[in-house]
Amino acid sequence: MLKLTAFMAGLLFGFGLLLSGMTNPSKVLAFLDLAGAWDPSLALVMLGAIGTAILPLTWARQRRYSLLGRPMQLPAKRELDRRLIGGALVFGIGWGIAGICPGPAVAILLTGHWQAIVFTLAMLAGMMLFTALEKRRGL
Amino acid sequence: MNIDWLNFTPWSSLAGGLLIGLAAGLFVVANGRIAGVSGLIGSLLQRGAEGIGEKALFLLGLLVAPLLWGVFTHLPALEFQSGAAGLIIAGLLVGIGTRYGSGCTSGHGVCGLSRLSPRSMVATACFMFSGFATVLVLRHWLGV
Repeated sequence: MLKLTAFMAGLLFGFGLLLSGMTNPSKVLAFLDLAGAWDPSLALVMLGAIGTAILPLTWARQRRYSLLGRPMQLPAKRELDRRLIGGALVFGIGWGIAGICPGPAVAILLTGHWQAIVFTLAMLAGMMLFTALEKRRGL
Repeated sequence: MNIDWLNFTPWSSLAGGLLIGLAAGLFVVANGRIAGVSGLIGSLLQRGAEGIGEKALFLLGLLVAPLLWGVFTHLPALEFQSGAAGLIIAGLLVGIGTRYGSGCTSGHGVCGLSRLSPRSMVATACFMFSGFATVLVLRHWLGV
């Protein structure tokens, strides 16, 4: 059952990205282009998503277990540190260059565009570099 | 500010956002997990992560969504604006940045803001700011 709900959630997430237009890098970049012909669509995606997710996530914050009996795994960290801010700033630069973030990258991977494959391989390399650097830090 | 009314899709974007919110809700209510795509991928890349099956199945659902979508209707058009070099640089920055920053548009932007997390509010403000700034610099100052 946990596997089924995980798969359904991923599928629904992908349908939402496709319907919203956010799988199209040009549309995302048109939102980020405040000085050009600005397309506000992404703001409405966020509004729809947060407006819907706020109810289940508020419920989740008050629970120790999910409906299927799994422990609630909500992030517990609270510090606003350099890693959070620096990482988010670096992510935004990459997002602003190509107009692709991790969710849409996965959702367009099998649509037959070479650009999606190149971007995702580079993204995976970046993530593995992080893991390798973290490991060295820990030694 | 100059709104591009021709390409603005308020209703389909709002409806798509609603589905994304439902998906994030289902994952947390049923599985007790945050639907943050960079975190899910990142933890699968680490050895010994817990809940690998559920995380992989969420990503599998996301991966096959366009295939199932394509059975019923046309896939929306995709237009890329970067060449291979731009995509590689962008991908590397997104990969490193989301891991150091503990999240991306889904984990911080959707789930984090929905649970009123101060960390996610700061992270979302930061990546939105640098996204806007990057497009401004590349398009309008450098003309790339």
